[in-house]
Amino acid sequence: MSWLTDLVRPSIKTAKKRELKADVWEKCPACNGLIYEDDLKVTLFTCTHCGHHLRWNVDARLAHLLDKGFTEIEVKLPADDPLKFKDRKKYADRLKEARKATNHPDAFRVVSGKVLGQPVTVVALDFDFMAGSMSRGVGAAIATAAQHALAHKQPLLAITASGGARMQESTLSLMQMARTTAAIVALKEAGLPYIVLLTDPTTGGVTASFAMQGDVHIAEPGALIGFAGPRVIEQTIRQTLPEGFQKAEYLLEHGMVDMVTPRFAQRDTLQRLLAHLTAHAA
Amino acid sequence: MARHYLDFEKPVLELAARIEDLRAAQERGESVAEKDLAGEIARLEVRLARVNRLLYRHLTPVQKVQVARHPERPQGSDYIEALVEDFVPLEGDRRFGADKALVGGVGRWMGKFPCVILANDKGKDTNGRLARNFGMPKPEGYRKAQRLMQMAEKFKLPVVTLVDTPGAYPGIDAEERGQSEAIAGCLETLLQLDVPVVSVITGEGGSGGALALAVADKVVMLEHSVYSVISPEGCAAILWKEANKETIPLAAEALKLTAQDLLGLKIIDAIVKEPVGGAHNDAQLAMARVGERVAAEVAHVRQAKGGAQARRERFLALGA
Repeated sequence: MSWLTDLVRPSIKTAKKRELKADVWEKCPACNGLIYEDDLKVTLFTCTHCGHHLRWNVDARLAHLLDKGFTEIEVKLPADDPLKFKDRKKYADRLKEARKATNHPDAFRVVSGKVLGQPVTVVALDFDFMAGSMSRGVGAAIATAAQHALAHKQPLLAITASGGARMQESTLSLMQMARTTAAIVALKEAGLPYIVLLTDPTTGGVTASFAMQGDVHIAEPGALIGFAGPRVIEQTIRQTLPEGFQKAEYLLEHGMVDMVTPRFAQRDTLQRLLAHLTAHAA
Repeated sequence: MARHYLDFEKPVLELAARIEDLRAAQERGESVAEKDLAGEIARLEVRLARVNRLLYRHLTPVQKVQVARHPERPQGSDYIEALVEDFVPLEGDRRFGADKALVGGVGRWMGKFPCVILANDKGKDTNGRLARNFGMPKPEGYRKAQRLMQMAEKFKLPVVTLVDTPGAYPGIDAEERGQSEAIAGCLETLLQLDVPVVSVITGEGGSGGALALAVADKVVMLEHSVYSVISPEGCAAILWKEANKETIPLAAEALKLTAQDLLGLKIIDAIVKEPVGGAHNDAQLAMARVGERVAAEVAHVRQAKGGAQARRERFLALGA
C-alpha cells in the first residue's frame, strides 16, 4: 500500500460506514444531528443533541406512560368506507395498508390502566394510521373511552396527534366533532377529570373539538397545534408566518394550554394532577 | 343591477338577454319585422322557465357548490329582514371584539315566537364582503355565539341558526385567539342547551366553522346548498395533489356534499325546495319557505321535549 491509497482509503470507508448504518441512525428534524436509534429509546424519542421531541409511536408511548399491566378496551367499529370513496386510490386500499403498517384497526388505542398508581382511561390517536385522522372509528374510540371512564368513575386522558378530519369519510367525519363532544360533555358533567395531552401535530377538527375541551391541557414541546394548517393560512393571507407560530410554546403564551411538559416529566405531572383532581371523588 | 350568471347558466343568460332586448324594443315602440313582440316575449319567458327548471333539476355536485356560493343568494341579514319581526341585533363576545361574519340577536320568528337568531353573512358588495370577512367568523364570532346560546337557555328561547360560511377564518389572529377552542366551545354549549335548536344550511356549510352553529335538534338544508368537511378545492389539492378543472368536480362528487346525499346519509333531517333557477332567482320565495320550515321544526322539537339529552344522543349515534 502506497501513501496515496493510505490517504484515500479512509474516505471510502466512511462512505461505506454511513450506508451500513442508515437504519440505526435517525436524523433530528430540528437540528439535523444524527441520533443513534438505541439512544432514542432511552431518551423517549427526544434528540440527544437539541432535546427536540420527535414523533413517537403510540404503542411505545403508552408502554412508557402507563404502569405495567394495563388493559385494552374494545371499540366497536362501524363498517368500512361508507361513501365508497375513491381519489387517486381507493379508501378501502388505504385502510388495508394502514392496518398492515400499524397493526391497529383504525387511528387509535383505548386502554385502561394506571399512571404511577393513579387509575385512568386513555384514548390515544395513532398518527401513523392515516395521519391520525378522525374517522367514525376514531369517533367511536373517543366515545367508548369516555363511556368507560364514566362507568368506572375514572379520569380520562386523551393523547392527540392528528391531521384533522378523515376526508374519505367526509361529512360523517365532520359529525365526529359533535359526537366526541357529546361524550366529553357527559363525562365532565359527572365531575370526572378530563386531561388532554397534545402532541405533534394536532390540527383541524380534532383540535376544534375534544382536544380543546379538557379541564387541563398539556402540550409537548415544539408540537404543532392549531385549527388551520400553516400552509392553508399562508395561502389565505399571503404572508409568511412568524417564527414559532402554532407551536406548543406559542399556545402557552396565548393562554390555550396550561403547560408545555417534556416527555420525561409527563408521568409525574399526570400523577400529581390526577391525584389532586380526584382527591374529593366519592 | 345586472344579474350574475354562473358558467352553466349560459342558456339562461342568452334567453334573458334576448327577452331584455325585446322589452327595450317594445318600450321604444319599435316593431321588429312583423313579429308580435308581446307574444314573442311571453314565449321566450316560458322557454326560460323551462330551461331553468331542466338545468336546476340535474345540477352536478360541483354546480351545486357554485349555486350555494352564488353572490346573489340571500344572506343572513336578508333572512332576518324578511322573517324576523322586531329584530334586535346583539354584538360582541365581551372578551375581545365584534364579528360581522356572524350576525346575532333576538326577535320574533315570522311574528310567531321569540327566539335567538345566529346567522352568517358574507356581504353583498366589495366593502360589505370585506367588513363581513366573506362570512368567515373569527374566535370572537364563535364566542359571541356561545354567549347568545347561553342567553337563549336562560330566557327559554329557541335558537335558530342560518349557516352559510366557507369556514372559520384561517388566519394568524384567529389562531392566536384560539379559533379551535372557540369552535369546540360552541359544540359544547349547543350540547348543553335544553331549549330547541334548529339549523338551516342556506348556502355553504364549510366544515367545523359551520358545524359550530349546526349541532341542532333538526338540521335542514336548502335544495342546492352544500355541507362538507372540506371544500372540493381543498380536497382536490390534498388527495388529487392539484386542484384544477378536472379534479375539483371529482372531489365534489366524492365528498357527498349535496343536500340530497346528506339526507340519504341521515346527517340532515329535511330539504327545503328552492324556487326554479335557485334561491337567487326568487329570494323572497326561498326565504318564505325557510321561514315556514323553521317554524314547523321548532314546534316539533318543542313538543318532543328532548332537551340536551336528545341532541346528544342524535350526535352520539352519527357514524356508530
